[in-house]
Amino acid sequence: MLNRDQDILQAAEDWQKAGHGVALATVVETWGSAPRPAGSSLVINDDGTFLGSVSGGCVEGAVVTEALDVIASGQPKLLEFGVADETAWQVGLSCGGTIRVYVEKVGA
Amino acid sequence: MKLSTLTELNAERAARRPAIVVTDTASGEQRLVKAVEVAADPLHAELSKQLRMGKSASIEVDGKKLFLNVYAPTAKLVIVGAVHISQALAPLARSLDYDVTVVDPRTAFASPERFPDVPLIAEWPDVALPPLNIDHYTAFVALTHDPKIDDPALLHAFARDCFYIGALGSKKTHAKRGERLKAQGASDADIARIHAPIGLAIGAVSPSEIAVSIMAEITATLRLPKAAA
Repeated sequence: MLNRDQDILQAAEDWQKAGHGVALATVVETWGSAPRPAGSSLVINDDGTFLGSVSGGCVEGAVVTEALDVIASGQPKLLEFGVADETAWQVGLSCGGTIRVYVEKVGA
Repeated sequence: MKLSTLTELNAERAARRPAIVVTDTASGEQRLVKAVEVAADPLHAELSKQLRMGKSASIEVDGKKLFLNVYAPTAKLVIVGAVHISQALAPLARSLDYDVTVVDPRTAFASPERFPDVPLIAEWPDVALPPLNIDHYTAFVALTHDPKIDDPALLHAFARDCFYIGALGSKKTHAKRGERLKAQGASDADIARIHAPIGLAIGAVSPSEIAVSIMAEITATLRLPKAAA
């Protein structure tokens, strides 16, 4: 079954309260045929465990890596993924869309 | 996101009250706006528009890029009638992330053997429905074919402003239902809100196919712009 955004945010709160470093990644803009709409989110903890999604599985790996940086630094990041970025990021969206993902630390 | 913001947001969501998180994606500045606070907010026009559509979006205000993340409550589906179609509809709706409840006073129908893992209430609608806190984020379907059960259930759905109301039955059955409901105080506008015959016309024959046509119609009502729905 799909992970509900509700479960994702509850997990973010629970992980944070359990002493984990936690980051929240949220799709803030989409162009073209993006797989998940704005507001879709992925929550990541400092184990690298994650719940939810910001794409159809295409860029989650890269977002998790960035999220671990954000947990360490506390500074939010705005990431962009798309066809044009394939060489830059080594990942792209096979659907041909572009998405912008905001990654922030929980408890920052 | 501050832990206090997240905790407050989760509390609003648990209470099924909509909320919006406004984030300046350049500076990281962030605030939570609860549904009741929207009217008095400086971004009132933009916030209420997104809230109405239940859609998150990035906007630009005074040269600042703001992301409005709309948290609408999880949709519920209340199924009146523990019939064969409901046995297919309940798991399908759950796979689409609806909170599903099945209501049927007939215990032979409303049995856990027929509905494993689905909250099941074997009571009449007047007892079963009020505690469910049915609201605007609820889709409501009446599938018993029995006016004693479906009619009071539909009257409850009108009063609670469900975003989708559907009822099983042919055009002829539905016309009779309309007459009965009006005799019990329903308005023409209430009757017009009922999707009947229920479901999109996809040539559905089996109970599972009818369940697909019902969920497709509910999805269209939830997601399409209002004029086209």
